Amino acid sequence: MSKDRRVVITGLGIFTPNGENPNDFWKNISNGKSAFQSKYKDGTPILKEDPSRIGSMLVDYDPSKYFSFKEIKRLDYFAQYGLITAKQAIEDASLDFEKIDCKRVGSIWGTGIGGGNIFEQTSRKFYGEPSKAVSPFFVPMLISDILPGHLSIKHGLMGPTYTTASACASSLNALIDSFILIKNGFSDIIISGGTEARSQICLRGFISLRALSSYTDQTASRPFDKDRNGFVLGEGAACLILEEFEHAKKRNAKIYGEIIGVGMSSDAYHLTAPHPEGFGCTLAMKNALNFADISPNEIDYINAHATSTVLGDIAEIKATEAAFGEAIHDVSISSTKSVTGHLLGAAGAIESIACIKAMEKNLVPPTANLFTIDEKINPKIDLTPKKAKRKEINIAMNNNFGFGGHNCSLIFKKV
Amino acid sequence: MSDQNSKIKDIDIKEVESKVKKIIAEKLGIDEAEIKNDSSFIEDLGADSLDTVELVMEFENVFGVTVSDDIVESINTVGDIIEYIKKRAEETEPK
Repeated sequence: MSKDRRVVITGLGIFTPNGENPNDFWKNISNGKSAFQSKYKDGTPILKEDPSRIGSMLVDYDPSKYFSFKEIKRLDYFAQYGLITAKQAIEDASLDFEKIDCKRVGSIWGTGIGGGNIFEQTSRKFYGEPSKAVSPFFVPMLISDILPGHLSIKHGLMGPTYTTASACASSLNALIDSFILIKNGFSDIIISGGTEARSQICLRGFISLRALSSYTDQTASRPFDKDRNGFVLGEGAACLILEEFEHAKKRNAKIYGEIIGVGMSSDAYHLTAPHPEGFGCTLAMKNALNFADISPNEIDYINAHATSTVLGDIAEIKATEAAFGEAIHDVSISSTKSVTGHLLGAAGAIESIACIKAMEKNLVPPTANLFTIDEKINPKIDLTPKKAKRKEINIAMNNNFGFGGHNCSLIFKKV
Repeated sequence: MSDQNSKIKDIDIKEVESKVKKIIAEKLGIDEAEIKNDSSFIEDLGADSLDTVELVMEFENVFGVTVSDDIVESINTVGDIIEYIKKRAEETEPK
């Protein structure tokens, strides 16, 4: 790896039920304000007999506010959400594609599923009608790589464009790949991020996995709380512009922070359950710390993956303790999923923006709904319950883990 | 899917033009009034290759004709497809 090339963040975009731009999003998550809904995506109320009656969905979303008829026909929701955030981030970074070398610009996104909604809609027709004709738009709407493809065509980007899929770690993998490519000189700018759109069939699947919260109010997501019982399924997207430091300086770009460490690992254990001791998670955090060449006590804040599941939150805390040693007592930890719910493949990008805003504002966003800390958790660990906390944050770590046992850790630093 | 030998659905030849234009308007999201017989699908109506495939599939479905890839390549304007469908309809009419 090149020691000379540094990778910074020069643009942000976000589109979630908690906020449709980075400032609103930050205001809501730092105030512990969730936006859970008891409605299906089509706006109808969730049935009483449905075992999970709450979600963090963009129920009032109207595609025609953002896209033309022709575009809507070519874009599943996951791609639409991603494009909305990319537009914000490109504007925020003041990127002028006429003035930069687009052969050196790429786009890498993470998504857990891809076009679940178009798959559902097409399948219903396919199995329900005698004609087996499938729209020519089906495949390009379904495939999870298509969002970077659209961005490449729209802006003339001729660098690497693709999608990473590692379930709930997908967009952290996308950011890590983007970092590695810029660091090693393959690209100067990568438009990266994560996106996920909720579909009914996947919701049902998560219910069957006993993964979702059964609470029906705004306290449904309770990471680290003794009464947590699952996550709240969400949807939305976030975009980050990653850029080589000198390239950013030359064009006087605003710099939000630097990526100084990345770590990846796998559990080699179970399809959906975390390893009870979180060995793989520890390894990812240690790899990121080693890469950054810093000691754990230099980390001021950790945005935990902590989705509010019974097994996952405990395994993660054990893993974090093992990676941090004594330094675990000085670091502030929080799970912003307590207010955002779990946006699956978009989680890594969304929580990376939470880390960047936390550094900018020197404020640790809270773990909302943390009423009574689980007794299996060391009470000396600062989980930032209920209220945001003022603290100088120079370095922040973001962790995400996905079904399949994929673990990612990313470290941001103020510039 | 119908093959070359299948009969064209029971369609009044006089309705072909208006039905074709209605389908194009719906699939491309444009006003029917904008669609002229000499409008080129690609240059005037803004269709791309995916739109073209979708339109042909819909014509095949509604009119019960088969439009082979060779024919698709020879079609440029709205009038071309109207003429083709009318011709196929006449061919299958009882003599």
